[in-house]
Amino acid sequence: MLENAKFDIVGRRKIWYLISLLIIIPGIFCMVTKGFNFGIDFTGGTIIEMRFDKPVGIQSVREVMAQYKLDNAQIQLSGESSSALEARDVMIRTVDLEESERKAVMASMKEKLGDYQMLREEKVGATMGTELLLNALWATLLSWALIVVYVSFRFEFRFGLAAVLALIHDVLIVLAAFSFTQRQIDSSFVAALLTIVGYSINDTIVIFDRIRENLKLHFRRGGDVIALANRSIYQTLTRSIYTVVTVLFTTFALYWFGGDTTKDFSFALLVGFMSGCYSSIFIASPLWATFREWAENKKAAKRAAEQPKKEKTSDEEAEDEDNAEAVHEAHKPKKNAKKPVTEKPVYKKKKKTAEKTEQEEPVETMPEESKE
Amino acid sequence: MRKQEFLKLIVCVAAIVGLFCAFVSPLAYSIRQGLDLQGGTHVVLEAEDTPEAPVNHDAMERVLHIMEKRVNELGLTEPMIQRQGERRIIIELPGIKDPDKAIAVIGKTAMLEFKDEEGNTVLTGTDLKDAKEQTDQQNQHLVSLDFSDEGGKKFAELTTKNVGRRIAILLDGEVLTAPNVKEPITGGKAVITGQRSLEEAHNLAILLRSGALPVKVNIIETRTVGPTLGQDSKDKSEFAFTIGIGAVLVFMLLFYRLSGLIADISLMAYVLLLLAALKFLDATLTLPGVAGIILSVGMAVDANVLIFEHFKEEYKKGSTLRMSMNNGFKRAFTTIFDSNLTTIIAAMVLFAFGTGSIRGFAITLGLGVVLSMFTAITLSNFMLKMLVGSNVVTSPFLLGAQARENGTEVNNRA
Repeated sequence: MLENAKFDIVGRRKIWYLISLLIIIPGIFCMVTKGFNFGIDFTGGTIIEMRFDKPVGIQSVREVMAQYKLDNAQIQLSGESSSALEARDVMIRTVDLEESERKAVMASMKEKLGDYQMLREEKVGATMGTELLLNALWATLLSWALIVVYVSFRFEFRFGLAAVLALIHDVLIVLAAFSFTQRQIDSSFVAALLTIVGYSINDTIVIFDRIRENLKLHFRRGGDVIALANRSIYQTLTRSIYTVVTVLFTTFALYWFGGDTTKDFSFALLVGFMSGCYSSIFIASPLWATFREWAENKKAAKRAAEQPKKEKTSDEEAEDEDNAEAVHEAHKPKKNAKKPVTEKPVYKKKKKTAEKTEQEEPVETMPEESKE
Repeated sequence: MRKQEFLKLIVCVAAIVGLFCAFVSPLAYSIRQGLDLQGGTHVVLEAEDTPEAPVNHDAMERVLHIMEKRVNELGLTEPMIQRQGERRIIIELPGIKDPDKAIAVIGKTAMLEFKDEEGNTVLTGTDLKDAKEQTDQQNQHLVSLDFSDEGGKKFAELTTKNVGRRIAILLDGEVLTAPNVKEPITGGKAVITGQRSLEEAHNLAILLRSGALPVKVNIIETRTVGPTLGQDSKDKSEFAFTIGIGAVLVFMLLFYRLSGLIADISLMAYVLLLLAALKFLDATLTLPGVAGIILSVGMAVDANVLIFEHFKEEYKKGSTLRMSMNNGFKRAFTTIFDSNLTTIIAAMVLFAFGTGSIRGFAITLGLGVVLSMFTAITLSNFMLKMLVGSNVVTSPFLLGAQARENGTEVNNRA
């Protein structure tokens, strides 16, 4: 395993935070100004989708709608169209129509544009979707709270916090994508978001689990958190990539071949899974390292204040010497200014130590195995 | 050399592949399909409070009962009528030919009222228990009314005050009949005479009975999917499923060779188990549900990938193949457990607090995670151990790991 100097994800965390913020902040801006394209599940309204025997044009459909003062209806052509202007499949979305009104419109269609097959018709009062959304929102918030509790119990609180922040990150990215593209949000979008949350937490925990293992096996107090997180990400990288690849295979299959009805649903999943994989590596783990570092700094500062001349193991001394030049970086609480230089945690990657441990591992384990 | 183990493994593999090929499609099609797949109409009703008739549990149970009757009159196979929340009823009518008529029948938001000559409403549908057509000894056709206790009292009061005058029975504001009150009726039972035929009496009785919605009910949502679109969605999902799962199978085979094959076998078993579980739970498969299943295949691989990666790592450290497999599995187990448990927590919360489609989704998600974890830690593990244990395959490359320079000697000692 060659962990080279270039593999330093956590050390460059500000870049990743920045990249995410560059999507999320314009996203939030877009959500506020442009909003979302809500489907009739949320706005209420009527959708009629029909397949005519012969191709029809948008204009002629609009003329029929105009008779009923519904000229502002959304009209969309789809299916195998003979030209850009005409197609057999037509989808009309209007305000919530009464049964009688809808029947009248459809009768006129038949009269003016020829016979058709009814593909789908939906009529929704305005309250349904909002309720669904609120329910889902509460359920999601509660599940996040429980995830923090569980992860705090099995790991530590900082892991839980980082994991949930990464989930919020993913949800914001997907919402931003839907606001940018103005793709339609309907009730299946809620299910998509929940799947993404499920995937992303799973992905994050796998890396955290490795960090936890490494903490137990190879970590001494005051050691390099950044290097540890980097190593853990590196060790799980193949798995992260393979898993996201297989998941994306199936999602792409859905997106391309699954038909129009699930297109927006699978688009949400595509964006969400990519973001979920990205956030596990580039957001959650660095966030954990940041939190952990803050805590270590605080502790170190406390120790330094209480007993400035504490005993030090030779290991720690050696390590500190190794990295004597790489000490200056941000994120250090001001309290630490008084701390002795030798005790400052190291923020830059630790090429030498990392390589050393990697090489040492097989050497250590080999003799044990050969005894067998 | 334990060739027997290897033979067992081959039998196991062949059995699962055989079962998969034979049953995956019939099993998938035997699960009840949602309206978006088989076509049909979905109607949501909501009761509304009015000063005369506030919504309560009893009233909703009666509405449910009346809706069942109305829907049964339509003569459909497998209609579904369900209460949702405090004041909603969901009606699903699969494969219906004439959705407009069905909506009209269901949507008779009929409210029954008994009024005096001044137009005051004295009784409503809640007060009427039953109405039946009858023919008496003089061969007169009539409709007998049976009131509830409360209704009987109200009716007694109404008739006492209005002897010799007319009272009106209205359905949705339309006068059904306006009989003359001959005498005070205090027994909680009454008859309406003067029907021309038994059929007319029968129709009035039905209207009174089924029209006796105790509260005002509105249709707040209707969705109809035509059979063409339903079939189209089914075909497309099936194709997407084939492509998606095919890609995953090939990927695993390419990257993990024989181990990948074992993961593929587990995956097939997983799909079968998931479908069987859905069938057993009598779940309804909707389009997002199918999408969920397709996706879960991609996710189910994860547990296998975790095991293999840990195996590779252990092997690289210098363990024997068998030791690597054992240790790799042990280490992967905690990871699989913790990562899946968080997802299960999320699914459980959604199930407990979500409604309708969210709930269905939570079941699929939760089941998917549990079953994929199950197949990975039992079946994959079992087959991998047999494969390594049989000692037929000693090439680490075939098992998905990279051969180490001094690797072979260690292997042979296993």
